[in-house]
Amino acid sequence: MSIDTTRRAESVGEPLDRVDGRLKVTGAATYAAEYPLHDVAHAVLITSSIAKGRVRRIETAAAERVPGILAILTPQNAPRLPGVQAGNTGARGPAARGAASMRVPTILQNDEVHYNGQPIGLIVADTLDHALAAHDVIRVDYAAEHPVLDMDTAPRNPPESVHPLGGARTFRLGDVDAGLGAAEVKVDHTYTTPLENHNPMEVHNTLAAWEGDRLTLYESTQGIFSVRNTVARQFGIAPENVRVIAHFTGGGFGSKGGAWSHETLAAMAAKRVGRPVKLMLTRRQMFGPTGGRPRTVQHVTLGAKRDGTLTAIRHYSTSNTSTLEDWIEPALSQTRMLYASPNIETQYDVVRINVGSPTFMRAPGESTGTFALESAMDELAYALGMDPIQLRLANYAEVDPENNHPWSSKSLRECYRVGAEKFGWGRRNMAPRTMRDGRWLVGYGLATATYPARTAPASTTARLLPDGRAVIVAGTQEIGCGTYTVMSQIAADALGVPPDRVTFELGETTMPETPASTGSVTAASTGSAVYQAANALKQKVVSMGLRPGESYESFIKRSGGQPIEVTISARPGPEQQQYSMHSFGAVFTEVRVDPDLALVRIPRIVTAHAVGKVLNLKTATSQIQGGVIWGIGMALLEETQIDPNNGRYLNADLAEYKVPVNADVGTIDVHFIDEHDPHVNAIGVKGAGEIGITGVAASIANAVYHATGKRVRDLPIRIEKIL
Amino acid sequence: MYPFQFESAASEQDAIALLGANPDARFLAGGTTLVDLMKHDVERPARVVDINQLSLTTVEEIDGGGLRIGAMVRNSDLANHPLVRERYPVLSQALLAGASPQLRNMATTGGNLLQRARCQYFRDVANACNKREPGSGCSALHGINRIHAVLGTSEQCIATHPSDMAVALAALDAIVRVRGAGGERTIPLVDFHLMPHDRPDRETRLEHGELIVSVDVPPLPFAKRSLYIKVRDRASYAFTLASAAVALDVRDGVIRAARIALGGVATKPWRVPDAESALENTSADGAAFGRAAELALSGAVAREHNAFKIELAKRTLIRALTRAAAIA
Repeated sequence: MSIDTTRRAESVGEPLDRVDGRLKVTGAATYAAEYPLHDVAHAVLITSSIAKGRVRRIETAAAERVPGILAILTPQNAPRLPGVQAGNTGARGPAARGAASMRVPTILQNDEVHYNGQPIGLIVADTLDHALAAHDVIRVDYAAEHPVLDMDTAPRNPPESVHPLGGARTFRLGDVDAGLGAAEVKVDHTYTTPLENHNPMEVHNTLAAWEGDRLTLYESTQGIFSVRNTVARQFGIAPENVRVIAHFTGGGFGSKGGAWSHETLAAMAAKRVGRPVKLMLTRRQMFGPTGGRPRTVQHVTLGAKRDGTLTAIRHYSTSNTSTLEDWIEPALSQTRMLYASPNIETQYDVVRINVGSPTFMRAPGESTGTFALESAMDELAYALGMDPIQLRLANYAEVDPENNHPWSSKSLRECYRVGAEKFGWGRRNMAPRTMRDGRWLVGYGLATATYPARTAPASTTARLLPDGRAVIVAGTQEIGCGTYTVMSQIAADALGVPPDRVTFELGETTMPETPASTGSVTAASTGSAVYQAANALKQKVVSMGLRPGESYESFIKRSGGQPIEVTISARPGPEQQQYSMHSFGAVFTEVRVDPDLALVRIPRIVTAHAVGKVLNLKTATSQIQGGVIWGIGMALLEETQIDPNNGRYLNADLAEYKVPVNADVGTIDVHFIDEHDPHVNAIGVKGAGEIGITGVAASIANAVYHATGKRVRDLPIRIEKIL
Repeated sequence: MYPFQFESAASEQDAIALLGANPDARFLAGGTTLVDLMKHDVERPARVVDINQLSLTTVEEIDGGGLRIGAMVRNSDLANHPLVRERYPVLSQALLAGASPQLRNMATTGGNLLQRARCQYFRDVANACNKREPGSGCSALHGINRIHAVLGTSEQCIATHPSDMAVALAALDAIVRVRGAGGERTIPLVDFHLMPHDRPDRETRLEHGELIVSVDVPPLPFAKRSLYIKVRDRASYAFTLASAAVALDVRDGVIRAARIALGGVATKPWRVPDAESALENTSADGAAFGRAAELALSGAVAREHNAFKIELAKRTLIRALTRAAAIA
């Protein structure tokens, strides 16, 4: 086969089927718990049944009599990890943060209990059945204390720090009080979103194996390097001595961005018993030990002139964290950049309660923040008697209000226009409760979607094999987004070969380093590195004497028959400091509400997004649809329930933690605006992983208001809130 | 999870003997409740007796147009049985409103009657629960009780009975046939389940060692136009917040007879005879349905999070009666 390496290939953008699709549907894709290691021992967690206090003693005598028990780790007997300063999690302030971020009690370095369901021990046995049988006879003696569980009555504090995602604790532009004084119309309301948990299909799993002082972790993760670094630090060994492998991860949504406790505990146990140890969390253990979305209480005040011009935006967010560490839901980022107003003020506060630590959850910040801001904008539109799109256009930010930087690209106007047209927004009668279909009340709602476009440093190796095929290697993760597929497409185009001539390898820390698959960075960052590596490889072959029209195979054959390889490190350019980089979109929702039984149905949602270059129409559409479906869950169903007395997670299973089923999801009509961004990165990609959920809950809540006249400011919108 | 003994019963006698010989034994039919609860350490049988080999799998006609439903008839087979669909649509609809297709393919008629509460406190051994551990208290009373019952509760237990099928069977005056070491007896379905009172751990009149062999549904000609309406948090695969099983015999706009049972709001399948008799010989209109709904919920007691169920159940019943009258 002769390949014309000079042809302009056009794989990028095409709706190519997933290259790993067949592996997945035939069960041939190997996930963390499935690696067939020899002599694997099985571990189960012991978790607390109180929310606050200390473990006085874990009674293990009966458990040790169960056949096949190899070890029972408790806070009393667990090895002290050299990289962990035990015992200082009560301290706050920057000095304690290193230890706190390791969540010391959850890796058995002290006897503190900070939430109900916290890991407090580990049983290791020759079989899972034996480990479970031993778990059944474990008894724990606690010194229990009264937990702090009610966010509304617990003390509110300024956070120790806010993750860079969220910006400064306080942001002030202009003078909001003066802006509100000058307003002719104001809206001022509090919006709340509940605790939620990620619940990817694959639970968190670890398979840990030591060879001397070298550790291998087969891990269900979004961040192999992040897990490597944390575990190496804890065990006090060099990062090179920890190898993390994740060839496939069955979803993560932020819960698998870094290490929790199970990775460390499995490694600790494997060292203790001298065998590989497998630790698979249960579904219940996905509630608490592996993060979730915190509850937010958001107070939004908007002031506007009669023409809709915003004179002031004030948005305060208080979210809960655990008593282990401060993690702040970055719910205010969009408020600093979405609308042009001379006066903007945002501020975070935090409430520390006895629940598991919160963490990044799909569109961390923007999912909860847009619910509040975009609901408030809808309320303002009604207060003004103005079409919600017109209101948004009246405040369209031509530059980033936060820092006055120009946008690297912004096509939000197009999103509104295309979305409105495809949806039929023009058929909307603005007054609530005026559209019907039989007994069903019909409502149309709109909200803006937005998410930052981030690019991080990433490295890639590109190699041409003697048969002319290319192997591209980058230590990234396939968490279901289509990474294997789109990276193959990018490399194929750069090399000028069809994508089936490219094999993309990922998921090992021995490979070139790339960022964690979080924050919509993978396509942009690793994609840029893959593009540059493939280009550099092609340049190298050309400089070595590739003739025009000659195939790679023929060239390698006549030039020695050896593979040709380059490795590059791609770094974001100076444009990062010169431009503001964000994706935008518009979400249009039609709801039907049964006015007697308060049933909300969503027959259709139309989206229009501008996310820079779309690498693969099929996987990008899946990303948006998945985000929208999650938005439906956020709007109508999802809420983690905590018992108000003992802090127990009450609906820690997929029957009672409700996410949408097929019957809850109507048509999701996804449109992408053709957007060329010359500044964002080498391949013009802004990322599509997170933005799909943003704006959806507000769009649905706005549609419910339009249908019923009932404004629900407290998610989820359950039957009793509109009955 | 813990070790237990597993036995397979070859016959009904065998099953009854295997169960009766061990006071901590349980029958395993579809396993959709039992296995789940065993994994959570809520059910801890010392012996599990598999009855999937028993031939209680047929739906047969009985005298005068009724049906005898074998205890091992799967929910999906029963829901789609032509005679059930024709004579008792309320039963077919209730079955199809429950669980998911996968669960219905496993779940059995007898097992469905014995399915246990979805109360979060019952299903997690870290909490106090009088149903699971008599005398330990009820965490739901002052906990999150949104899904809990408003009818038939006690200060010992407010767990909702989870079945949809049993609500339809209650409306249809079904009879449960059970067999024990001493022979066979029958229990009317409306008496089969017990209210919690001070012994919420006692859920049915079934004695240990007794096997449900069939559920008999007597003839009820106007049940041809019966129906089931279920309200839940999502469109499928969710337990009932409020439901109504209704059959109306309407002639010339006048209700001659009514059958009404409620689900999702009570500690057992909740037949409401007062509401039925209030409807008899009245005209089938909204005012009558509203009065019936008020009567049906008249004894309701709300807790912190479930007051909405009272209004929701009324509206659900009114909707069901309105629809039934329209097709009657």
